[in-house]
Amino acid sequence: MTTLTEAMTTADASGRSRTSGRRRRGASSLKPRKSVAFTALMALLAIYALVPLVWLVINSTKTQAGLFSSFGLWFDDDFVFFQNVYETLTYRDGIFVRWLGNTLLYVVVGAGGATLLATLAGYGLAKFRFFGRRAIFAVVLGAIAVPGTALAVPTFLMFSQMGLTNTPWAIIIPSLISPFGLYLIWVYAVDSVPTEILEAARMDGAGEFRTFFTITIRLLAPGIVTVLLFTVVATWNNYFLPLIMLSDPTWYPLTVGLNQWSAQASGVAAQPIYNLVITGSLLTIIPIVVAFLGLQRFWQSGLSAGSVKQ
Amino acid sequence: MTMTSAPPPTPARAAPTGHATQAAPGVARTRRRRGGHRNEWKGLAFTAPFLVVFLLVFIAPVVYSLYLSLFREQLVGGNAFVGLDNYAELAVDPQFWDGFWRVVLFLLVQVPIMLGLALVAALAIDSARLHASGFFRIAIFLPYAVPAVVAVLMWGFIYGDQFGLVANLNDWLGSTVLAPFSREVILVSIGNIVTWEFVGYNMLIFYSALRVIPTDLYEAAELDGAGPLRVITGIKLPALRGAIVIATIFSIIGSFQLFNEPNILRTLAPNIITTFFTPNMYAYNLSFSGQQYNQAATVAIVMGVITAVIAYVVQLRGSRKEER
Repeated sequence: MTTLTEAMTTADASGRSRTSGRRRRGASSLKPRKSVAFTALMALLAIYALVPLVWLVINSTKTQAGLFSSFGLWFDDDFVFFQNVYETLTYRDGIFVRWLGNTLLYVVVGAGGATLLATLAGYGLAKFRFFGRRAIFAVVLGAIAVPGTALAVPTFLMFSQMGLTNTPWAIIIPSLISPFGLYLIWVYAVDSVPTEILEAARMDGAGEFRTFFTITIRLLAPGIVTVLLFTVVATWNNYFLPLIMLSDPTWYPLTVGLNQWSAQASGVAAQPIYNLVITGSLLTIIPIVVAFLGLQRFWQSGLSAGSVKQ
Repeated sequence: MTMTSAPPPTPARAAPTGHATQAAPGVARTRRRRGGHRNEWKGLAFTAPFLVVFLLVFIAPVVYSLYLSLFREQLVGGNAFVGLDNYAELAVDPQFWDGFWRVVLFLLVQVPIMLGLALVAALAIDSARLHASGFFRIAIFLPYAVPAVVAVLMWGFIYGDQFGLVANLNDWLGSTVLAPFSREVILVSIGNIVTWEFVGYNMLIFYSALRVIPTDLYEAAELDGAGPLRVITGIKLPALRGAIVIATIFSIIGSFQLFNEPNILRTLAPNIITTFFTPNMYAYNLSFSGQQYNQAATVAIVMGVITAVIAYVVQLRGSRKEER
């Protein structure tokens, strides 16, 4: 499930203009007392959520031998984190760096393209009237309910006939469509792009596309950023699609590459590199976790503003 | 659970289509009055790039797999139309049903646990009775940002009997009572990973629905002398109904599509996780190990239809209750 992405986006889009008066701060009017017992109970859930991540951080500082000889949730005598990072980045002529580059390519072109297409189309559907508009909208919304994996195998078969498999296009093209992103921008544009402004721009003789890139895009910015954040997560974490589309490791994204490293620990010519798998996993999640924490204020306010429009 | 082009849940909104169409007429009317015909091609020009790609990656694969499911590669005569033969064969295919009932079991146990935890967490954070509730919100949500592959690798190591936490626990207990990779427990081990990944995500969906309950409702309840439990059952849970329906639908889709977790764990437990452990793994292995593309397409279509029907029924039941 890729989707918070879009849950949040929605939230964002629909909220904003209509919310303000109705929002409340917790149940503050009732002023309940803080409860230590309650907090402790929730702490159990937080520990459950965090322990694997803590485990990952701690074990990225160990040698392969140290992994076996030391307790999982504490440090070993040797602290080799930086050496592990160095080895991860240079193993097999730096294939990890290549995978990182691939992932960035898929994220920038895939998620960026998805956001652009969704923004253009969402705006077009919201602010123009044309034949078949409703039908388009109905079909795209229906597509939200179609599970991505159900389409993966047929898409692979189709792409292989077109000669697209084993190229970056096989990953990028399917990433370009975010039905939910489209829905979000559509809802957002209805509220936040006043038709009067568009009329005024037309009076002044500005072309539609110039108006879009100079005025509309700014008005839609909060919605666009939310869509972007979540399409980035979806492409960064994508596994199934590249797994079936790619057989050449030089095009792998990080997720598929890491799993290949992990798989080489078993089999006939087993060559375990557990310490590199662990360090590589840590390096893979750092950017995305930083993005979520850094943009926290943004997506959380979007989320609560969002679900208002019932 | 992989959904590359995943269906995003709309928080607290059971029927997005509803207001989509409601909002539309107003806009449409204005445009018609002023710009009229002149805008026809312009609106289409904005929408066209999306539509072209959409046709290629959504509509075409569906049509293509329908086509594939009606044909078969035969030793004599090559690719031949076989009508519904592939479907008839699948209906009596024990491997398919083995995987199918496994995901149904998974769905019936894991989804209620995950959504229950998420609901309790959301109510707790919303209750304003927690210290550091902001920390809890972000901490519980954080696993969602972790790619499924990394989540499974991590948990796989933790489960492992070589240097995992489970091995540490077993040493400490002096037994091998915990065996995450045994035949009886493997589904629980997978369920735990999926729960870990998505509990915070569902919590945020519920939480965001709770946040928009108008304050006056609470004030009225206070005046009536309602206690906190009564507020939960009388105000909060009814307000959450839409969000719960949405979260349930997406969890059902996720369970039926179960693939990443068992497929990655297979490296660690190859004898217990079969190639037909879930329908999705079955379809994957049919195409990529067996080259049986027609059968794989049939599995994809059948699972797609079953998922759609169940999602529709849940949605219907959810909204019917709302009207009562």
